Amino acid sequence: MTYTIQIINMLASMLLLIAFAMLSQRRILSLINLFAWQGLVLSLSTFVVAYSTDQHHLYYSAGLTLLLKVLVLPWLLHRLIRKLNVRWDVETLINIPTTMLVGIGLVIFAFNLAAPISQLSESITRGLIGIALASVLLSLLMMLTRRKAVPQVVGFLAMENGLFFAATSATHGMPLVVELGIALDVLVATFIFGIFFFQIRETFDSLDISNMEKLKDD
Amino acid sequence: MIDLQLMALLLTPLLGGLLLAVFGSRSWAAELNSLMSFCTFIAAVVLTMRVIDSGPQVAFNEQFFIDQFNVFLVALTAFVAFTTSLFSRPYMRIEQHHGKLSTQMLHLYYSMYQLFTLAMLTALTSNNMGIIWVAMEAATLTTVLLVSLYRTPASIEAAWKYFILCGVGIALALFGTILLYFAAERVLGEGGTALLWTHLNQVKGGLEPTVLKLAFVFLLVGYGTKIGLVPLHSWLPDAHAEGPTPVSAVLSGLLLNVALCAVMRSKVLVDGSLGTHFAGNLMMGFGLLSVVVAALFLSRQKDIKRMFAYSSIEHMGLVTFAFGMGGPVATFAAMLHMTVHSLTKSAIFFAVGHAVQKAGTQQMENIRGMMQVSPTVGWGLMLGTLAILGMPPFGIFASEFLIITTAMHDYPWTTPILLIALGIAFAAIFGKVQPIVFGETTAHRLPHQPALIPVFAHLLLVLILGLYMPPYLADWYRQAAALLGG
Repeated sequence: MTYTIQIINMLASMLLLIAFAMLSQRRILSLINLFAWQGLVLSLSTFVVAYSTDQHHLYYSAGLTLLLKVLVLPWLLHRLIRKLNVRWDVETLINIPTTMLVGIGLVIFAFNLAAPISQLSESITRGLIGIALASVLLSLLMMLTRRKAVPQVVGFLAMENGLFFAATSATHGMPLVVELGIALDVLVATFIFGIFFFQIRETFDSLDISNMEKLKDD
Repeated sequence: MIDLQLMALLLTPLLGGLLLAVFGSRSWAAELNSLMSFCTFIAAVVLTMRVIDSGPQVAFNEQFFIDQFNVFLVALTAFVAFTTSLFSRPYMRIEQHHGKLSTQMLHLYYSMYQLFTLAMLTALTSNNMGIIWVAMEAATLTTVLLVSLYRTPASIEAAWKYFILCGVGIALALFGTILLYFAAERVLGEGGTALLWTHLNQVKGGLEPTVLKLAFVFLLVGYGTKIGLVPLHSWLPDAHAEGPTPVSAVLSGLLLNVALCAVMRSKVLVDGSLGTHFAGNLMMGFGLLSVVVAALFLSRQKDIKRMFAYSSIEHMGLVTFAFGMGGPVATFAAMLHMTVHSLTKSAIFFAVGHAVQKAGTQQMENIRGMMQVSPTVGWGLMLGTLAILGMPPFGIFASEFLIITTAMHDYPWTTPILLIALGIAFAAIFGKVQPIVFGETTAHRLPHQPALIPVFAHLLLVLILGLYMPPYLADWYRQAAALLGG
């Protein structure tokens, strides 16, 4: 039992570490690979929770995560950046140190917010709600700091990873029908994002979102 | 029996979506779209009669739940979806004639229109808080490609903003749902029933207050993004202004209500658990801020659809405020306001759509003299504007009057703020619509006969609701208000 807790804690810290790595990663290709790694860590931790608590439906969730977030979505994204010819794109990120500091602040905030909830939980993974909320907020920060369409979408998907981790760590996972629905939404959203990449490129000649600041109230 | 009736309601738009995915580019696709929407409306009427006769019902293994509150939104949604499909038939043909839309785009539009209706009806009738979330996200996914239908730079920007902001918002709502499930699991045990609203409602007194408080904040911020509450509203004017007008009409008239319904479901649980006015205060704050900020932005608008989008923010703020006050009268008024706002705002968008087509621009300074070219469009726009501004004898006057008198009684300090905001909104909108309707014309003829029956049908209903409220309708609303703890 103690081993499984330690393994889950280690996986959770890896999840948070990957969230920070994504925040500072400038190359699109590496960003997608990081996203796939995050999915793998998530799937492993779900599997360990399933094994230690003997929750059968969590095995399905772990399998679904592996399929969707480690294989299908990264494959789709790789295909998209190859087709869009942005595979080797490097984004200029200003002020990585500041972003990192803001990120650390968010982690502290998330831990404080989650502390009263963690104390209520009887689950073995109760300490992890703070980590889950922190990785959601870090992904949100990543979406805010990026000026290009693909990294924004990777941030969006990473945020969903954090939410999924929150669901498994706080409650042993949502009911299966809800999880299937969420997975379907995420998959459809990725397809639509793909369509959008092409529409944006066709219209603005680049995937830079900062070109799109015409709609404003003056 | 209830299973069958509900199945008819949900399977009709699904079938419509599939049929139009196949036949969407045929010349009769618009008629098929209207036909399927009409069938959905009939199914909604049958279901509504059933619920009014025999009270709240659960269906399909308790996965769906229909009571007086959501069935009124089901009926409203199906009705406006049907009339909008009637309006969109000539409107979209004129757009195609003007070379703004291709057949493939119309194909996408018809199919997505039906699936959007399905997503909204599922979000309204689902008993599972998780499925409500899934359906709300599906509602975004089905409309996002419709906002960018014209493929202009502005429309793509608007759609991207809509997608990202609502995506982030809805992600926060999912965190709220997870917290709710976490609290529920401790009382109801693991498994499927812990997210079912009816079960949660029975044990709401035993749910952990600290968790529910946090959960409600996330749910309100998340679904509030969809409602268009300030400061989470910035996607709304863009999406309404740049998308095709029928899409603006259903987004404004329906989707915002559906999101508010999800918030109200959560509020009932939180109130039961906390026993304080925490949720109500939060909603009143967001509501009041939305009314004031939207009113201030109204006078600065140059684009007609954008202006009416801000007016939607203002009215949804008012409804949120009224729901936040709570109590039987305010809740009754909020539901009445949701109904009349949906009908009036969609009618306005129909009239605006044709006015814009005639003038060839959405810039208000270039749309002039609608009364000369087409008195019906002119009158539709004028009467719709008077109705939305809360002039008697239209229904919005009645609901706003009830909201403000309740506010005066329970929270007197909010009354001057509300009255000033409504006054500013009146001056801004009326001052801009007046020269559009009267004045010298620059408009030209349309290749297809515009559809104006829906405009006047909606306005007539709003007028009737303002002059005389049938006792059974008042009764129905009162029961729904009681269900919401009013």
